[in-house]
Amino acid sequence: MVDSLLSTATRRCLLIRTAGFAAGVAVSSAPLRAARATPQAMQEAIRRIVGEAGLQHGKVTLDVPPLVENGNTVPLTVSVESPMSEADHVKAIHIVNEKNPQPFVISTAIGPRAGRASLSTRIKLADSQEVVAVAEMSDGSFWSGSADVVVTIAACVEDLR
Amino acid sequence: MARVMINLPPRAKRGEVVAVKTLISHPMESGFRVGTNGALIPRDIITLFTCTYNGEEVFRAELSPAIAANPFIAFFTTATESGTMVFRWTGDNGFSTTETAAITVE
Repeated sequence: MVDSLLSTATRRCLLIRTAGFAAGVAVSSAPLRAARATPQAMQEAIRRIVGEAGLQHGKVTLDVPPLVENGNTVPLTVSVESPMSEADHVKAIHIVNEKNPQPFVISTAIGPRAGRASLSTRIKLADSQEVVAVAEMSDGSFWSGSADVVVTIAACVEDLR
Repeated sequence: MARVMINLPPRAKRGEVVAVKTLISHPMESGFRVGTNGALIPRDIITLFTCTYNGEEVFRAELSPAIAANPFIAFFTTATESGTMVFRWTGDNGFSTTETAAITVE
């Protein structure tokens, strides 16, 4: 457990963790740092979204640079293949990740009026990891697409000292 | 008052799919960072963004701390009729901002 933590954490994160822990000891009321999400947590988050329905791969394209320098702003575009008609459209697009403090990133609700099932935003990534987009269709099926991102400067865990 | 930028075409043909881009100034403090005193900085994020087109909701997004500072959200909608689009951001500490944009459909 500790070994796997060490291998994934950057040296900087580790230093900050240690500092945070020391501060936590000094001021006993300081809350402990939340644990990072894990691939298991991401799978659980996807299960919460999908429920009993099966998740199929395809139809969803996640457009994100494979190598980002600054994890504080990672541009990301999700597009889903769909005619976006009254009978067959995308109802929702969700994005989850593996190694941020929380697996959940964004959930959007759209409808046939959108015309095109696409969403662009900028997200924070705390480490090199896999990002997964899940699309919910009007017929109740779920489709997913994923992308691996390498991050050189991590977000979220940077402190202000 | 947060600064907001909205980009959508001022005129469109009926039935045309138009791109809507929104940007709002907000720190999106995640609640996972440690401040100068060693304590966690409390979370301060936008949690919900909605867009209504002549009163009908066409887009809704639930945001998390993993959204970058100054949230940028872009999506598409069909230009059905002339009118106004109302954009609303709500979040922690009673944050609420509303912005409107007009669109003319020919």
